[in-house]
Formats: sequence, C-alpha cells, structure tokens
Amino acid sequence: MTIVHIQIHEKIHHGAKNPTIVNFDLTLNAGEFVCLVGQSGCGKTTLLNSIAGLDSNYLGEIRIGNKTQNPQIGFVFQQPCLLPWRTVRENIELVFANQNRIQKSQIDNLLDFMKLKVYENAYPKQLSEGMKRRVSIIRAFAINPDLLLMDEPFVSLDAPMAREVRELLQQLWKNRPHTVLFVTHDLREAIALADRLVFLTSRPMRVLKEIHIPIDRHQRNSEEIENFRNQLFQNYAELQPLL
Amino acid sequence: MVFSKIFPSISIVSFLSLWYVLAWFLHSPLLPSPENVAQVFWRHCQSGELPHHLSVTLLRLIMSFTISMLLGCVIGIALGISEKLNAFFDNWLVIFLNVPALVTVILCYVWFGLTESAAILAVVLNKVPNVIVTLREGTRALDKSLLNMAKCYGFTRMKTLRHVILPQLHPFLMSATRSGLALIWKIILMVELLGRSDGMGYQLQLFFQWFDISSILAYTVAFVGVIQLLEFLVLKPLDNLALRWR
Repeated sequence: MTIVHIQIHEKIHHGAKNPTIVNFDLTLNAGEFVCLVGQSGCGKTTLLNSIAGLDSNYLGEIRIGNKTQNPQIGFVFQQPCLLPWRTVRENIELVFANQNRIQKSQIDNLLDFMKLKVYENAYPKQLSEGMKRRVSIIRAFAINPDLLLMDEPFVSLDAPMAREVRELLQQLWKNRPHTVLFVTHDLREAIALADRLVFLTSRPMRVLKEIHIPIDRHQRNSEEIENFRNQLFQNYAELQPLL
Repeated sequence: MVFSKIFPSISIVSFLSLWYVLAWFLHSPLLPSPENVAQVFWRHCQSGELPHHLSVTLLRLIMSFTISMLLGCVIGIALGISEKLNAFFDNWLVIFLNVPALVTVILCYVWFGLTESAAILAVVLNKVPNVIVTLREGTRALDKSLLNMAKCYGFTRMKTLRHVILPQLHPFLMSATRSGLALIWKIILMVELLGRSDGMGYQLQLFFQWFDISSILAYTVAFVGVIQLLEFLVLKPLDNLALRWR
C-alpha cells in the first residue's frame, strides 16, 4: 500500500501577488482516510489539482508511493465530470488503457455494489445527481488507485441523497481501503468519514492542526459525531472559525 | 410529430404551386413554369451535358471542401487552444474574412494562371477563415472539467481527442460543414464562370448570354437536389448517430 507525502513550499496562481499555499506539509499513511477541512476558497481544490498533476506550477514535491512507479490517481470532482455522450459503463471503462476480463468483472461488481447495474447502459442525462456521483465514485475506485482524491463530492446534493451516497462510499471504502484525501468544509461529514482531520488555514493555506478521530467507525452515529464536534469546539479555540 | 412530417411536404408543394401560378400569370420567358424547367432538365440529362458539368463541379466542391475543412479544423483548434497564436493571427483572420470572394478568385487566376489548382486554391482561401472562426469558438467553449478528468485519468492525446474533444466540437463541425457546402458551391460557380471551360458556372455563363432562363433553373435544381441528397443521406444520419445520446 502507498504512502503519500505532500510538501508544497509555495504555490502562486498565475498573475496573483500573494501565494495560495505556503509551507504545506502532509503525509498520508497507506489505506488512511484523511479529510481536509477548510473554509471555502482557501485553496483546497488548488491543492488537489496539484496532487493530481493538473497543475504543476508550484514549488515543492509530491511523492506518491515508490518514485519509480507511475502512480494511479483516482479523482472524484465536485461535479461528476461524466461524458454525456457515453453510457454509464462506457464512462467507467474509458479510464482503462486496455480492458481485460478481470476489469470488466470488477466494474460489474462495483456497479452492483453501488446499485447501478440496471443503469449501466443509461446515459448520464437519464440519471439523478446522486446516481451520477455514484458513477464518478465507481470510476475512481475501478482503477484501484494508489491515491483517491475527493473534492467535496456531495456538495450540491440534498441532505438525504448526500447521506445515501456517503454511506455507500463508506461501505465501498471498507471493502477497498485505498488511501483517500477528501476535501470538505462540512465538519460533520469529515468526522463521519475520516481517520484523521486536517484543518487548514485560510489563504495562504497551510496545515493548522491535525486531529485523529478516536471513535470507532461503527459507532459514528449522529449523536457521537455531534459530541466529538462539541469537544473540538471546547478544546481548540483556534479551530472555531472552521467549526 | 405528425405536423413535423407533413409540413415540409406541404411547404414544397406550396412553393411549386406559387411558382406555377406566377409563371402562368406572367406568361414570360423570364419565368418559365416548373413543368417547362423539368422538360429542359430532362433534355440536358439525356444529352449527358448536365451530368458531365455537374460531376466536374461536384469534384471541385469535394476537393476544396475537404482541404478547407482539414486546414480550418487544425488551425481553428490551434487558435482556440493557444492564446498567443490567436493574438498573433487574429488580425490576419479578420483580413481574410473581409476580402471579397471575387478579389481572391481574380488574384489567384492572375498569380497562378487559369489552372485547376488556382481555382481550388481560390475556393479554399475563401472558405478556410470561416471554418477557423467556427472551430476556434468551439474549442474555446470546451468543458475544461472534462479535459481535466481526461488528464487526471491518463487519457492519451488520441483518446482525449476522440472521446472528449471531438464530441464537444460536433455541433461546430456540423455548422462549418453545412455553411461550408452552401458557401463553397457559390464560390465555385464564380471561379468556373471567371476562369474554367467546364462546370456548372461555365454553363450558367453560356445560358446567361443566351438568356436561357429554363436551363439556368434546370441546372440550379440539379445542384440543389444533389446538396439536399447529401444532407439527407450523409449529414442527417451522421448527426443522428453522433447525437443519439441526446
């Protein structure tokens, strides 16, 4: 399993005077689910884009696993980013350079697990928003990523639908525990999902505090989540703008 | 649904009826009746004259259309992607868009002689700027998030072009194709009229000198018919295939 090390000394957007990210240092352990919590516009998406290789204009180093291998990165974007002219199945299959029988059966399993098997030949416009998110999650898991990036994937879903997709994600991750870096500004969501919370400052963004969640995953009901949130409130004054 | 099928037929019948009534009312050789044009059309077909000149013009259309679309697509996509290239060539584009077709045709014949290649070049120079502009706008409108997705998942350039870029450019390609066919055939007639000894344009010039309106209309009907066939047999099915997801 992979260990991810992210070290960004400085990231300045083209034409901007002030840096978006400074002295950002974060290590992810293999199979760890880490949630980045920060205010909107602090630079979380910029960070994920840099890690995914979509933006290489920064000073620093991002190391995913062994340097010699070409790391596989799965990305669940804020929007589902599905090709409207391809079916659900084709959208997932496209991320493979060459498909084989094992991959096909793996996609079958994932579609089954995410309750989308009957929609495999549907086009994205025929799906609800929640279904589209599930397809983009399947696509990211299908490649067995060394690192899975998730950028507020439930941001525009209504609460019941977001809860449903979140629960499916939790079950899926339990079966396939990839290393995940999940961005959110919803602390309750972060507590429900993460092994570790990483709080971020506003711009220029850097790590403000890291907190491991001591509660067992099975016991994370809404009451436990609310209690833990209140503890954070009481114990860490510097985090209050983020809570 | 029923209306959408019946209305086009009613529209054509109305057009022919109007033409027929006008021709009957004017009773002048300047506006022959549809019946008369049909007879002339058949006569030209039987003599083999119309098929010969039509095929010559169509060949020129296919060649100049293919070259224009290929060049226009490559340059248009490049300008859409690169801001620097666009900043440099934008003024050139405006100049070429505004040079009258007649000027380009005359200059090509003066510079390169009354040859087939000069004729094709004149048509291409007139059409390429339109294709470039259409494709440039299409490229600028590409969904960046889908391109990011392709990059993140390691799509090759070919795979990105085929599965992400071309489907998004499809409406712009079809628009360039349709407007291109309409524009090119008009320019080809001018090119043939000014400097070729065969083709529809050359024939129309002869008919104009003889004031043979029936033959002018017969040739026009033949060409419009071919373009309509192309629309129904090639472009529409291609459109339906590419847009079946909608």
